Amino acid sequence: MAWVNDIIQGILLGGLYALFAAGLSLIFGVMRLVNLAHGDLSLLAAYAALVIVGPLDINPFLSILAVMLLLAVFGYVLQRGLLNHALDAGPLPPILATFGLSVVIQNLLLEGFSADSKGLDAGRIEHQAITLSDQLAIGWFPLITTLTAVVVLLGLSLFLGRTRMGRAFRATSDNQQAAQLMGIDNRYLYGLAMAISLATVAIAGVFIGIRTTFSPSVGPARLIFAYESVIMGGLGSLWGTLVGGMLLGVAQTLGSHLSPGWGVLAGNLLFLAVLAFRPQGLFAKQVHE
Amino acid sequence: MSRPAVRVERHTRASRTALPAAAVVVAIAASVPLWGSSNLMKTAVSFLTLLALAQMWNLLAGYGGLLSVGQQAYVGLGAYALWALSERAGINPFLAVPLAGLIAAIIAVPTAALAFRLRGGYFAVGTWVIAEVYRLLVINISWLGGGSGVSITSVGRVDRGTREVVVYLLALAVATGAIAFAYVLLRSRRGLALTAIRDDETGAESLGVNVFRSKLWVYIISAFGCGVAGAVIYLNLLRIQPDAAFGLQWSALMIFTVVIGGIGTLEGPIIGTVIFFTLQQVLSDYGTWYLILFGAVAALIAVWAKRGIWGLLVRRWPVDLFPVRRRLCLETACFPEDDSAPSPAGDAEAGTIRQT
Repeated sequence: MAWVNDIIQGILLGGLYALFAAGLSLIFGVMRLVNLAHGDLSLLAAYAALVIVGPLDINPFLSILAVMLLLAVFGYVLQRGLLNHALDAGPLPPILATFGLSVVIQNLLLEGFSADSKGLDAGRIEHQAITLSDQLAIGWFPLITTLTAVVVLLGLSLFLGRTRMGRAFRATSDNQQAAQLMGIDNRYLYGLAMAISLATVAIAGVFIGIRTTFSPSVGPARLIFAYESVIMGGLGSLWGTLVGGMLLGVAQTLGSHLSPGWGVLAGNLLFLAVLAFRPQGLFAKQVHE
Repeated sequence: MSRPAVRVERHTRASRTALPAAAVVVAIAASVPLWGSSNLMKTAVSFLTLLALAQMWNLLAGYGGLLSVGQQAYVGLGAYALWALSERAGINPFLAVPLAGLIAAIIAVPTAALAFRLRGGYFAVGTWVIAEVYRLLVINISWLGGGSGVSITSVGRVDRGTREVVVYLLALAVATGAIAFAYVLLRSRRGLALTAIRDDETGAESLGVNVFRSKLWVYIISAFGCGVAGAVIYLNLLRIQPDAAFGLQWSALMIFTVVIGGIGTLEGPIIGTVIFFTLQQVLSDYGTWYLILFGAVAALIAVWAKRGIWGLLVRRWPVDLFPVRRRLCLETACFPEDDSAPSPAGDAEAGTIRQT
């Protein structure tokens, strides 16, 4: 029974990873951008929530909208001010620029908030659970997280599949030059994609902040989980990201079940195994570069 | 019927003076133990090892087109190989340094088989995950000291003064060796292939360059270099902690140094290392602000001045200290005409990776 519990907890943990990775999947799909600052941006969101929640003394859930708005604006400015130029300069500059950004954000947070661990307190909900049997309990908070992930992914795929703007996103993703010829302003579109991506990062950042404590240095480790989810699921496939995240979550909980130190390692090894045997990921869209 | 006298010109006016000048610099550096303080030598070791690491990353990304964010794997593996060889196998620690590089190079072969399945940005993340796997494996193997790390105690038998001098000379040898090796490699046939790959991978392949083998080569060489540098770094520090030895900060330093100095040139990493050290010393009282500044400048340079500071300097004052390209000379003139302005990758695309 303990194994069943582990798997369920792993799936729910995977929901969190998918929520966090959704934004990465989106911007890779739309503009082939690999954002190495994604993890640090989620921390930026968590610290922003901390700053809002502290003086107002409100539940961190209530800060999510404000943090989303904040990060969306930051994302739009970042994309138009820096990353669009990086994308024009070739495939290498965006990676280098976001890597630089990652180090800058991480150390700015360190200077501003010190290296101490912080946490967001969401009250009783954090500890309440649905008890199925004495060995099986589903926490409300992980469940809400996973449902949020599903809602976000559903929202993104409806947006991409059903709206006029979503069609422009897909067109640009398929063929940027042809889309431009049809009158699509890809610079504006990329700015919007980054804004949406960072808005989802804001949700994820606050959720992770409620789930565990955080310090400025954990961003890169988070980024790795997000990328493992995206790559295992298959590049550019939103629902693949959900499955990838859940596989990673299950591997980690089963790994820690064997030995506390093996959790993250088990996730990494599963990722390398997928890479070795199915490098295109489990649910890859046709990848054409 | 006589063929016109054609010759291939390699050197430039600047390089004819630069090589003897470099020899003088190395000679002066080698004399530091005679007059320098032990503090100076310790600082110099971190300078020289960073220079070597930067050259290795430059070779990898600037010429091989392999944007790795996981070279800390080989720094850490070199450090731990040094420890295992000297503490567990009883080999002389100074002798263990090149062997540590060799071990890193051997581990790089299966690693490459896996990492090379990814391209571009995902290769970057993949190499990073692999470095994390090595870190976690080391932490979970108690024979290797686990999470708290290990100490290199066998050098304690050597008296302190001698040890500092030998470590310093090793670091000097590693840095000089890295530059000299990169220079010779890039002037060789294999280097020509690498430069061709950097400029256009598909084009190079169609001309008969074995792209995969060339990339594998440069990856293994870079692993060897990083392994040796890692061994020297920890011979200087004497205490290895897995989180630091396999830390992402090594990649950050290598990458920023090369990008700021000028990727895809041999001069760039030298300039970048000098700038980093100056910045670090000047801002040493202000916490991590030197890293914030360094990261921000690297991001801006990566986007708006892709050829780095060296590229900006060369545009103003055309010199080529380490010429690696070939020029065709007839009796009266050479092509391209200027014997300076290095354009290692063609103007627009210097230092970029093209994806097919």
